[in-house]
Amino acid sequence: MMIAAATVGLLVAMLIVLIRAIAGPSLYDRALAVNSFGTKIVLLIAAMGFLTGRPEFLDIALLYALVNFIGTIAMLKFFRYRHLGVASTPKDKAEGAR
Amino acid sequence: MNLVIEVAAGAFLALGTVSVLIGSFGIWRLPDFYTRLHAAGITDTAGLSLMLIGMMLLAGWTLVTVKLLFVLLLILLTSPTATHALANAAYTVGLRPLGVPHEDLPEKER
Repeated sequence: MMIAAATVGLLVAMLIVLIRAIAGPSLYDRALAVNSFGTKIVLLIAAMGFLTGRPEFLDIALLYALVNFIGTIAMLKFFRYRHLGVASTPKDKAEGAR
Repeated sequence: MNLVIEVAAGAFLALGTVSVLIGSFGIWRLPDFYTRLHAAGITDTAGLSLMLIGMMLLAGWTLVTVKLLFVLLLILLTSPTATHALANAAYTVGLRPLGVPHEDLPEKER
């Protein structure tokens, strides 16, 4: 009962964050919204595990938390350096050793 | 005793849900990227911790509690890192907080 109410609240929160992810004026607003959405998905998976009586879902929640973090960092790295390989520092560029 | 734990779990879950909703509302309504980061922090700390503690109370002393503790620790470690990376990336690109006085901006941007 309490878990069901919490699940509904999480779904409403996810809907609200999705508005920001679609409308966000800058790229970083969208990245922030997607990151926050991922945190809420972790909570939702855990709550769904309790709701359906299968708490083994928590393994998936743990994995999703990891993927969410790595995904955010990879997205930010891609948008700063435009590729995901080894990034050249400003010092490298100044020396021409790219 | 059982009833006490149930009521405590319900209170934690309700408080956590309210925190998550407040944080999401802040992400939606606040005017500036950096203020939205501040609102996202409420979701990642208060909302997540309270909801997971409520679920731990519901689960009792089992393996589920240990897994929930791992989820909590992992997100408490990674979420500030991701938020710092976001703020750092936005500031490097040139996004500035709303309403900063002219004399507080970096020297070359005045």
